[in-house]
Amino acid sequence: MDRARRLDVTPTATASPDAAPDPAPARKRRRSQAGLAFIAPFGALFALVFIVPILYAAYLSLFQERLLGGTTFVGFANYGKLFKDPQFWDGVGRVFRFTLVQVPIMLFFAMALALALDSMRVHGMRFMRAAIFLPYAVPAIVSTLMWGFLLGVKYGLFGSLNDALGTDLDPFAPGNTLISIGVMVTWAFTGFNMLIFYAALKAVPRELYEAAAIDGANEFQIVRAIKLPALRGSLVVTIIFSIIGTFQMFNEPQILPTMVANSGVTTYYTPNLYAYNLAFTGSQQGYAAALALVMAAITIAVAYAVQIRGLRNASDQ
Amino acid sequence: MHPTSSPPAAGGKASSTPGRPSGRGRRLYTVDNPRKSATLTLMTVLFTLYCLLPLAWLVVNATKSQADFVSTFGLAPGREFALWDNIVEVFSYQDGIFSRWLLNTVLYVVVGATVSTFLAALGGYALAKLDFRGKRVFLFVVLGSISVPGIALAIPQFLLFAQLGLTNTPWAILIPSFINPFGLYLMWVFTAEAVPSGLLEAAKIDGAGELRTFLRIALPLLAPASVTVLLFSFVSIWNNYFLPLIMLKDPAWYPLTVGINQWNKLGSTAGNGALVQNLVITSALLTIIPLIIAFLGLQRYWQSGLSLGAVKG
Repeated sequence: MDRARRLDVTPTATASPDAAPDPAPARKRRRSQAGLAFIAPFGALFALVFIVPILYAAYLSLFQERLLGGTTFVGFANYGKLFKDPQFWDGVGRVFRFTLVQVPIMLFFAMALALALDSMRVHGMRFMRAAIFLPYAVPAIVSTLMWGFLLGVKYGLFGSLNDALGTDLDPFAPGNTLISIGVMVTWAFTGFNMLIFYAALKAVPRELYEAAAIDGANEFQIVRAIKLPALRGSLVVTIIFSIIGTFQMFNEPQILPTMVANSGVTTYYTPNLYAYNLAFTGSQQGYAAALALVMAAITIAVAYAVQIRGLRNASDQ
Repeated sequence: MHPTSSPPAAGGKASSTPGRPSGRGRRLYTVDNPRKSATLTLMTVLFTLYCLLPLAWLVVNATKSQADFVSTFGLAPGREFALWDNIVEVFSYQDGIFSRWLLNTVLYVVVGATVSTFLAALGGYALAKLDFRGKRVFLFVVLGSISVPGIALAIPQFLLFAQLGLTNTPWAILIPSFINPFGLYLMWVFTAEAVPSGLLEAAKIDGAGELRTFLRIALPLLAPASVTVLLFSFVSIWNNYFLPLIMLKDPAWYPLTVGINQWNKLGSTAGNGALVQNLVITSALLTIIPLIIAFLGLQRYWQSGLSLGAVKG
């Protein structure tokens, strides 16, 4: 078995000297043992934190907790029940709608800001880059608190605004709550995505712009012909991160009801909130385990579909 | 991040390339120093205001007493400057439990981020420079796990940890934080690019063992990458809310995030406890200050990490 040749999985050519001289068999065996020893701590903990919980959840999802008779084996009944559960699908539909609207808006802003900063045509560029990235450092609990107060009508700015204008706007009326959550999430993550785009733009060789400038290309032509194509790969990455993030939305709808009464946030507002409430207040752990697994499967399927599509589009070029 | 691929302009101000006309006085498009645009600046400023407004609100309201908070305009200062009083009250409220939460958070962050970064470096080094059985399967599973939603995983983790008797102990927070698949990925890429294999071979020829070679040769070269991974771990553990929420029952083990929400519930419109919004707001401000310092102080490490993640991912 020639495992030394397999090093081509490493991402750069710097690794190739490894494969060139044929190490003595004893040396190779030692290397292999060292490799296992180095990876073992990560591997063991990874199994404990990722693999065993998933297998255990799969096992638990085959049982139901009943008031009479305790926990009984029910086969796939939890999954059958889940697929007919309107509360589950209500939450799934909400995160899908949220993703379809919020993610494009956020990524549009992130990309526009990255292009603006990269163009070097903005005053105070370093300050604003830091300021826009800053919200990413703020925990969801603090961001929900701040926005809950800011947008709230009781103590918040909207209360003052309504008093001043004599209006009756309520960002946390049941019909508006999802939009307000969108404002919070966009606030928190635009800077993170902007920095990913910005880093990709910085990786473009500057000579390309000089050559384009010499050819008489204007700024918009450079953006269209050089910069936007350079952002393709990072766009796929940011879409996938955003989908994973919004599909598991939990903190904002979990914290909001303690801030604002009658915001329309139900116990099944998002699938994860539903799973949490099933497991911890409804003590239906088997059902919650089934829900967590189905939601993970849906998320991975959607993320994978985006990736395949993104790669295909990139190779079309 | 290794020196060759870091963007030259990231550290300092962009300088114009020697040998090219500097563009001053002639309206020539130069790559490094084009004319500033008022429109672009204005649009960026508007978004910056959106980003800073809540933080400004937080700072202003941390200086207000509870009475001023409910009675004065949100962005205007209160009648009295109560910031110091608020800070003292935050640290003394409920027998000073806030300092306990702060210490818990520091414990979770320091231990969690250090261990996870070291494990990621060890594993990334093994993936890039060493050989072992099942490397491809390992890579496939670990990289695949990045797309598993953390929260979908948390409930299964809770159920398992409850079986093992680990819930309601610090281990329930620490053990999951030790594993950072994205950190492992970054370390793998960094090692492959920044650690020359020849140097490792030379060390081994000189008689250094594998572990010694890693600690003495590779780890110092990985220092910039380690800062990046440490930062990512630091922020994600400091901000972690869901995992401690489900794993911990005893407030004595809470981190800041869960503790603050506990106080927030006391003053919620739905509850009927004491209204302590001034404490909630002040403690929220105290919670984000260390993060903001880490953020601004170590900005370039974020960018190098994100650029690798974006380009390779």
